[in-house]
Amino acid sequence: MIASRQPLPLHRSLALGAIGTLAFLGFWAFLARSGLVSPLFLPGPVAVAERFATLTERPFAGGTLPAHVASSLQRFLIGYLLAAAVGVPLGLMMGWSRLLDDIVTPIFDALRFIAPIAWVPFAALWFGTGIGGPILIIFAGAFPPCLINAYRGARYVDARLLEAAEMLGTPGHRMIAEVLLPAALPSIVAGLRISAGLGWQSLVGAELIVASTGVGYMMVQAQGAVSTATVMVGMVAIGLIGVVIDVALRALETRLRRHHG
Amino acid sequence: MSAIRFEQVEKSFGSHVKALDGVDLTVADREFVAIVGASGCGKTTCLRLVAGFEAPTGGRITVGGKPVTEPGPDRAVVFQQFALFPWKTVAQNIAFGLRNKGMPSAERQERVAAAIDMIGLSSHADAYPHQLSGGMQQRVAIARAYVLEPEVLLMDEPFGALDAQTRVVMQEELVRLARRNPRTVLFITHGVEEAVYLADRVAIMTRRPGRIKEMIDVKAVRETERWEEHARIEDVMDLESFIHLRTHIWKSLREEKPAGR
Repeated sequence: MIASRQPLPLHRSLALGAIGTLAFLGFWAFLARSGLVSPLFLPGPVAVAERFATLTERPFAGGTLPAHVASSLQRFLIGYLLAAAVGVPLGLMMGWSRLLDDIVTPIFDALRFIAPIAWVPFAALWFGTGIGGPILIIFAGAFPPCLINAYRGARYVDARLLEAAEMLGTPGHRMIAEVLLPAALPSIVAGLRISAGLGWQSLVGAELIVASTGVGYMMVQAQGAVSTATVMVGMVAIGLIGVVIDVALRALETRLRRHHG
Repeated sequence: MSAIRFEQVEKSFGSHVKALDGVDLTVADREFVAIVGASGCGKTTCLRLVAGFEAPTGGRITVGGKPVTEPGPDRAVVFQQFALFPWKTVAQNIAFGLRNKGMPSAERQERVAAAIDMIGLSSHADAYPHQLSGGMQQRVAIARAYVLEPEVLLMDEPFGALDAQTRVVMQEELVRLARRNPRTVLFITHGVEEAVYLADRVAIMTRRPGRIKEMIDVKAVRETERWEEHARIEDVMDLESFIHLRTHIWKSLREEKPAGR
């Protein structure tokens, strides 16, 4: 069993990935053409690809696909950066100060079990279909991993380094910025990666309900118009952008790890 | 005036482990005192109490007449495992304590350059700790402590993690440094020869719970027997007066029965 988890050479991994993808597309095409499922509910891969191309130029539900993607990405970035800007420093401070840990932890533990999608009714009441709703929901999804990983990173910093910093008379703000932050950086970046995934997933969920633009909104409108191909284009776009975000953050993570030695 | 004074100091961890049981010890201003004892006898605990990393459970500790309440740059610590900040260069590590003091940049750079020069690492000022050997890293840690011009220097088995040859070089360097720029030094070690070579007085500790069993005056012997005429540590160690003191301390330590036997 151990041997089956050994890493394969890169070209073999790529080849196997291509085989998997082709098999999936083949199965999909077969199902669509077999007549087992109505083409109205399951268009084939070619039809979806054509629809994808069309949507890049022709607007649907108030915008082209790139316009919807841009609007989704903008909300995502705002919500995600907000979550990181609050979650990381708060997590570091909680990891350092027992007092703050004890104050925040009970509230945080209760709040993080409310799934991002469970914030939708509240967000709808507050913001309607304005930009605030999706941002609140992304924040709810992205915030906990940011905080938890920064907290863990700060908690498990080598105790000697903290003692050295105290002995050198390090004031609080510098303790956070120059000792805890760099020491916890690998853990923080791992958290940012997890929270990007969760945030992106929550966003599209939110757009299904509390938005008037964005990929999720486009999909809901397509559902109303019974354009299954458009719905599936939305799903493909969500998946592809998710992969791009993850690859970018993973590259950042690898670089940081190398720098950290 | 920056004498260290232990008055009937007790320290327990939990309700079962009594590490120190009535330690009385005075390190005079500008005096170099080494504490020797078996591992686990509480000698490191003595140092950590003076550093302010821990509080005594009985008795009191004063530095310069004032009770110790928290860690601070007036009592610089050199740790066995160096405890340099891995994300800071040699120069940044040494400068950190001075920045915390709010020293103006020009003066700081001057002091840091002088400190790096003192430890002979001018060509490594921009290197990171992991690029240096253990001996070089410990030199940086010593410079980081000395540059603060602390009243008190606390050294916790600083050469314990170094190989034998490097250790000898560092011991000779420390003697030169300590004679040129005397500080009140508390030096923890389990190396009897190291203690006799470096210290003005050697304190012998009992096994746990630790107390000071005996104080050995090395300075008087060193001065009458003119040890400083010998530059090399091995020549000093060959002197009859050195051997006599060393053997005396060895015997005293041997009388301490190993715990649980």
